[in-house]
Amino acid sequence: MDKFMIDLETDLEVMRECCRSGKTKEASWRRSQLKGLQTFLKENEVEILRALREDLGKHYVEAFRDEVGLIKKSLNLALKDLQKWMSSREAKLPMIALLSHAELVPEPLGLVLVISPWNFPLALSLEPLLGAIAAGNAVVLKPSEMAPACSSLLFNTLPNYLDNETIKVIEGGPAVGEQLLLKKWDKIFFTGSARVGRIVMSAAAKHLTPVTLELGGKCPAVLDSLSWSWDKEVAVNRIIGAKYGSCAGQACISVDYLLVEKAFSSAVVELMKVLIKKMYRDNPLESQSVGRIVNKHHFLRLKNLLTDKMVKDSIVYGGSMDEDSLFIEPTILVDPPRDSTIMTEEIFGPLLPIITLDKIEDSIDFINARPKPLAIYAFTKNEAFRRRMVSQTSSGAVVFNDAIIQYAADTIPFGGIGESGIGNYHGKFSFDTFSHYKAVVRRSFLTDFWFRFPPWNNYKLELFETAYNYDYFGMLLVILGLKRSRRRFDVR
Amino acid sequence: MASEVEKKAVFDTESAKEVVKELRASFVAGKTKSYEWRVAQLKALLKMMEENEPQIAAALRDDLSKPELESYIYEIAMLKNSCRLALKEMKHWIMPEKAKTSLTTFPSSAEIVSEPLGVVLVISAWNYPFLLSLDPVVGAIAAGNAIVLKPSEIAPATASLLAKLVANYLDSSCIKVVEGAVSETSALLEQKWDKIFYTGNGRVARIVMAAAAKHLTPVALELGGKSPVIVDSGINLQVSIVLILPHVCFLCDLHADILICVFQVATRRIIAGKWGCNNGQACISPDYIITTTDYAPKLLDSFKHELERFYGKNPLESKDLSRIVNSNHFARLSKLLDEDKVSGKIVQGGERDKTNLKIAPTILLDVPLDSLIMNEEIFGPLLPIIMVDKVEDSFDVINSSGTKPLAAYLFTNNKKLKEKFVAKVSAGGLVVNDTTVHVAEHTLPFGGVGDSGMGVYHGKFSFDAFSHKKAVLYRGFACDAFVRYPPYTRGKLRLLQALLGGSLLSIIRALLGWS
Repeated sequence: MDKFMIDLETDLEVMRECCRSGKTKEASWRRSQLKGLQTFLKENEVEILRALREDLGKHYVEAFRDEVGLIKKSLNLALKDLQKWMSSREAKLPMIALLSHAELVPEPLGLVLVISPWNFPLALSLEPLLGAIAAGNAVVLKPSEMAPACSSLLFNTLPNYLDNETIKVIEGGPAVGEQLLLKKWDKIFFTGSARVGRIVMSAAAKHLTPVTLELGGKCPAVLDSLSWSWDKEVAVNRIIGAKYGSCAGQACISVDYLLVEKAFSSAVVELMKVLIKKMYRDNPLESQSVGRIVNKHHFLRLKNLLTDKMVKDSIVYGGSMDEDSLFIEPTILVDPPRDSTIMTEEIFGPLLPIITLDKIEDSIDFINARPKPLAIYAFTKNEAFRRRMVSQTSSGAVVFNDAIIQYAADTIPFGGIGESGIGNYHGKFSFDTFSHYKAVVRRSFLTDFWFRFPPWNNYKLELFETAYNYDYFGMLLVILGLKRSRRRFDVR
Repeated sequence: MASEVEKKAVFDTESAKEVVKELRASFVAGKTKSYEWRVAQLKALLKMMEENEPQIAAALRDDLSKPELESYIYEIAMLKNSCRLALKEMKHWIMPEKAKTSLTTFPSSAEIVSEPLGVVLVISAWNYPFLLSLDPVVGAIAAGNAIVLKPSEIAPATASLLAKLVANYLDSSCIKVVEGAVSETSALLEQKWDKIFYTGNGRVARIVMAAAAKHLTPVALELGGKSPVIVDSGINLQVSIVLILPHVCFLCDLHADILICVFQVATRRIIAGKWGCNNGQACISPDYIITTTDYAPKLLDSFKHELERFYGKNPLESKDLSRIVNSNHFARLSKLLDEDKVSGKIVQGGERDKTNLKIAPTILLDVPLDSLIMNEEIFGPLLPIIMVDKVEDSFDVINSSGTKPLAAYLFTNNKKLKEKFVAKVSAGGLVVNDTTVHVAEHTLPFGGVGDSGMGVYHGKFSFDAFSHKKAVLYRGFACDAFVRYPPYTRGKLRLLQALLGGSLLSIIRALLGWS
């Protein structure tokens, strides 16, 4: 470990020097690195898809849809808009600041640390990485050891496409992570659990390092009664896609649980059973249309969620598990006890509890009684209910009539609030999260607010008051001696 | 009759918990969210200032011997400005921001909705105790939050006045002041807040952020640093032509129709930013100067001349200078001056009055870079001048400290030097040819980077600092991209590739089975 730390410090010093010298600030450097990432994806697509199948049992279409394709999209956007993002923004100044000029100049923070999780090991490594590069930073990336094939691919192959002096991939588990957290970074970008998020932020506090924490939570889906059968089918497809179809429910933005009205619930369950069968066929393990659980530890964790008798009794579909292949079939439960673990902890697996309510409007109180989630998914055509959902709940995002898809939208910020995280990214928000917007004011010598300087008198006070109000006419009156200070300022 | 000493109730963890509980209940009930409530609070703040100006200035005089006009200009007037701006612009700030959507989520519409974070904690500093307490509060109110304000105990008169005024003018079920020192602050920091806004020093900031980490509470830290001033040669001969009309000439007490006065503009601006801002006890005060060896004597002369014009021959007696806040800081500053390698370098000032906690404007020339005074934020009326051979060498001096200051200043007419300055020096904010003015401009975000802080405020940035930007995406049921779902096929892959690639043509080709 000592040798690791010594080597690390040497490497970090080189990286810091590159930042200081302005190497990473150059637009040409940023472009070349982003293009390098593009080439990496193009030339290694097969290996990447293979690694994702090996680590998580993802079908190559799912892997493309959720990881490779999205990064390609983000890289295209970053390359297209880089010049625009890098340019300074003028700040308006009031007339009184005549012959002054102000602007906001984005600059890189410097040396940043990106720690990524195991569930979308490629996407959640490269999305922050490309944002950091676009903003002109040197980056150390630590992918998750729990997705070893991807981690290995990133460690061994990615450096062939990037500038190794300024971008490094470091493999390892919690021990390596701890060592990295002892260093002083200009920013830490962490995706993972709230528990580790706290550890990361505490470590960052020692160096006053700003952090972005992309955490998780229990993202609820609320399904209102929909009259058209087309709508019902689309809604249920989207819910089951968001539950079982994305890394088998092991996603921070998966639908965690579903809220429906009692009257509607059995129809929903029946429709779900039909659509699950249609989507995942009879043997989802064989068709790989549902990924597998990442490892034994999480498999047993999920298995334990179902051991409680009352929880077990609430299973209405699925429930079978195969420890050898780490596979759990899409499972539905109806009304497990609200204080059971499955209803209090983030599930992160293909188990969908459905909670029935008297009225769908009760979902708002239900959601508010729990920590703020990363997303709320509301399937409804009721305008009033929609408005209430937006204004009376708090979450990272609210999506109407769909789920998970907000991840693909790069014009809205992606991030949490409260237990679900701090900060956001995607699109230009990624660039912003790794930048410092420096305010730059240029003043002229030709004009001066001569009343700024002591010795002080009431007259100057009056001028200040009118100046602060942008009351130009009032200023003129004061200067002409036509306006007297109403304040006799004499504090004894 | 036995005299009973009334003991003030101890504010401990239980008390802190109660306060947070009460505020959370108010917040959940929706009190702070309403537009009318926010307007009422801001108007009440304005009224509070209108009706209590002398008391506020008196408290600032007690705590800091702050000249009345500095109290007015830098504390009260700036806060009034913040309130007025928020009242004027709030309805725009509160409006959701429409966001464009792309092909990947077609058809959809999206917006970004600002919502209050909840119950927030504002911890303020002692040097601008009124402004730095209430300016963040204005932002928190505008954004619809419930607030606890903990003013600094090092400015006790202002803290006490704030507690009284806030209780009298603002809605105390939603906005509270908690007075106290380390133990009260610790009790507050143990609670779960939705945001903590701290103004002060790096040592305490680390404690605040570590406490926040336990609850995953986002923080804004407004800290400080050594704000350097680079002075290029030749600028002091700038003539500033000011039209002065009758009744105006404060300098020579003359009535004149038009007078052209030659001011040493750069020096005056540095003095205003240094000694004119709470006698150097401000986070954005010029901390030290860097200039060329050739130019230093001229600059020094200019300073001597202007300092006398501002503060007279006996600056210790000038009413226009704040005192040092307390004996701890007085001792700290004395230590900086008394260090062996530094004490011989004083070229102006140096006089001290321990009883009245006053130190005269002091300039030091050519102090060693490894002296104490060059390795901690001075926060006082001492101004070291560092000399370099060429003015471009200043950038290395600044960057060699390894920390980024809250502000950096450059005085020059050289366009290339200005560009180099902006490119090479990283700080919260930069000003060319002036000092500290950026703090008054609400269209500029005010905050630090690295050791000088994280997060920004002022103007709309204050509103944003206390808001959560929630993404809202609206989709319909009309189109459903069947490519998203299993069973997965090669055809779907091709379509997904085209869709995520964003090209309409390739989508069509994929649909037609041509790719």
